[in-house]
Amino acid sequence: MSSEKHPGNLLSPTRRGLLVGAATLSATAMLPQLALAEAPPTAAVNTTGLAVTDTEVTVGILHSVTGTMAISETGSVEAEKLAIEQINAQGGVLGRKIKFIQEDGASDWPTFAEKAKKLLVQDKCASVMGCWTSASRKAVLPVFEQYNGMLYYPTFYEGLEQSKNVIYTGQEATQQILAGLNWVEKEKGAKTFYLLGSDYIWPRTSNKIARKHIENVLKLKVVGEEYFPLGSTQFNSVINKMKLVKPDVIYAIIVGGSNVAFYKQLKAAGIDLTKQTLMTISVTEDEILGIGGENIVGAYACMKYFQSLDNPNNKAFVPAFQKMWGEKTVIGDVTQAAYLGPWLWKLTVEKAGSFDIDKIAAASPGVEFKGAPEGYVRIHENHHLWSKTRVGRARLDGQYDVIYETAELMEPDPFPKGYQ
Amino acid sequence: MFGYSLGELGSILVMQGFSGLILFSVYLLMALGLAIIFGQMGVINMAHGEFMILGAYMTYFCSHLFASYLPGLYAGYFFVAMVVAFIASGAAGLLVEWALIRRLYARPLDTLLATWGLSLIMQQAFRSGFGAREVGVELPPWMMGSLQVTDTIEVQINGLFVMGLTLLITAGVALLLFRSRWGLQVRSVMANRTMAGAAGIDTRRTDRLTFGLGCGIAGIAGSAFTMIGSTGPTAGQLYIVDTFLVVVFGGAQSLLGTIASALTISQSQSTLEFFLTGSMAKVLTLLIVIGILMLRPQGLFALKVRR
Repeated sequence: MSSEKHPGNLLSPTRRGLLVGAATLSATAMLPQLALAEAPPTAAVNTTGLAVTDTEVTVGILHSVTGTMAISETGSVEAEKLAIEQINAQGGVLGRKIKFIQEDGASDWPTFAEKAKKLLVQDKCASVMGCWTSASRKAVLPVFEQYNGMLYYPTFYEGLEQSKNVIYTGQEATQQILAGLNWVEKEKGAKTFYLLGSDYIWPRTSNKIARKHIENVLKLKVVGEEYFPLGSTQFNSVINKMKLVKPDVIYAIIVGGSNVAFYKQLKAAGIDLTKQTLMTISVTEDEILGIGGENIVGAYACMKYFQSLDNPNNKAFVPAFQKMWGEKTVIGDVTQAAYLGPWLWKLTVEKAGSFDIDKIAAASPGVEFKGAPEGYVRIHENHHLWSKTRVGRARLDGQYDVIYETAELMEPDPFPKGYQ
Repeated sequence: MFGYSLGELGSILVMQGFSGLILFSVYLLMALGLAIIFGQMGVINMAHGEFMILGAYMTYFCSHLFASYLPGLYAGYFFVAMVVAFIASGAAGLLVEWALIRRLYARPLDTLLATWGLSLIMQQAFRSGFGAREVGVELPPWMMGSLQVTDTIEVQINGLFVMGLTLLITAGVALLLFRSRWGLQVRSVMANRTMAGAAGIDTRRTDRLTFGLGCGIAGIAGSAFTMIGSTGPTAGQLYIVDTFLVVVFGGAQSLLGTIASALTISQSQSTLEFFLTGSMAKVLTLLIVIGILMLRPQGLFALKVRR
């Protein structure tokens, strides 16, 4: 099924796996060659007692499907299930079908930790796709490190973290911020910036990086920086302030329900985003569903993926996703990053020729996925992804027009020097 | 603040004052339903926000219905939606009172736990029924944008709408409470349930109607807030804290207190937000409220009772 949908793309990583295997010539490394014909013996590919049988391998999906975060995490769950189904349709991983166990983190961080432990200790999952907020990731990180599990984490986040046991398939902050600011300076001739955010670690860290870049690198001016409690629904005062200061660019990192209130009130206050430049890194197609296209049309978003992206991988991915989850489903940046998780894991397992966590962690750097809907991605030494940064402009129908992308892949830099 | 012309500062002052008034209306509107339920009945209704969101979902539902079947009347759908929201939330309120609340009148603190559980159930019901993602409620075009009063002064149409609506509902509630037979019954039941019963008032019926009315007003508030906020399964949580703040600060049993408290909180919030940042404004507002409540534990206005 998906070999038609990803014409040619998926062959090359496999071939790459074969080459690696042939080059090292060790007994286990020869296994990928056999993968298509006959699965390698379980004892050889699973030396640490993971849930791998001769025909099946078990992975975990750990997201919130209840509670506040269900709104955001639903898309990730859908993407991961699609990827698993497609991988199985192609013959699975090392000849084994992927079976998944889904647990609900219920938007509660201790629950995430508890469920992570269950997936690793009781279910012996070979890998886990999961978490969305940084808080949930921080809660499960000690569990993954203690019980030596592998987590594929999809969300763009503030960086400042790196673990042997996590592959970060979303962007860390610099990948999402720097190129966008450069673009707005060059294309819009922006001189002054007003930074806004919800009051927690991600917007604060991101705005800190943005401010350093604006002031130290671009030599421009930040004329205001403000944070609002999570869930805040009143923005009229800051809108009045911005009317007074008239910044060239409003840089907004507002999340959740506040997002909807902010854009509705901006529109009601007569600020026309087709004239006032606004750039955000927190509004994907998913969020526009709640905000309403008419309230945000004209705003710029800086992401690595937009549903409207024009490339053969994405042209196959979007219909496959909508076929599985409904015609009207939209796909945001994080949903796409979540889709990468199972694929990257599969490619890494095949490169390593083993399900063992240590071998996967070691084999991850350099693994490349040419079938990614966002285009080509590759895992960096620091377990984040090399990927492009793109700027999109919101349309009335809730989609983005992609108007800029970086020529090169952006290097992930979770501990950026000079930005902390 | 400086380096602006006097004219600019003047118009900002006007717009800022207007923002404060909008915030006042929003606070009052969301607190009214709770003021009736908590203030008059003593029931701590933690599911207040969810009754609001039920109203918001009804509005979403109506906008789709009108867009598909009555596109000619789309401009006026919002009024129908508010009525539907009132009926839906009110009916849900009556049901909840009958099934749950009436068993708990003697145990006011238990209502806190019971209605909190109810709020979780309602959230999950919204999630299962309408999906986990937020929905966007489209407004008829005339309700969007702002009126240009002078070159620099703009007045938001949906702000005016919320203010008008709040005025109307507050007046309605005041009339009902203080000028109607039902209001008299409510007040006497609250003053002394046993005596009221002895005087021939059907206390159960009064309770049920009061709770239903409070929830219905919450539904209208939720419907109106689709203009300025989000509509999702857990959006009700955004309002609940502010709502309780307004009601408790005002003095639980006083409608006038609720109005005064909404005014105080909104004006300090809005002014502080202009000079400080959003988070700091919230902190200072809460400090002011705590300070005043320490001096006046019964709230701004309280009924004189013999102790």
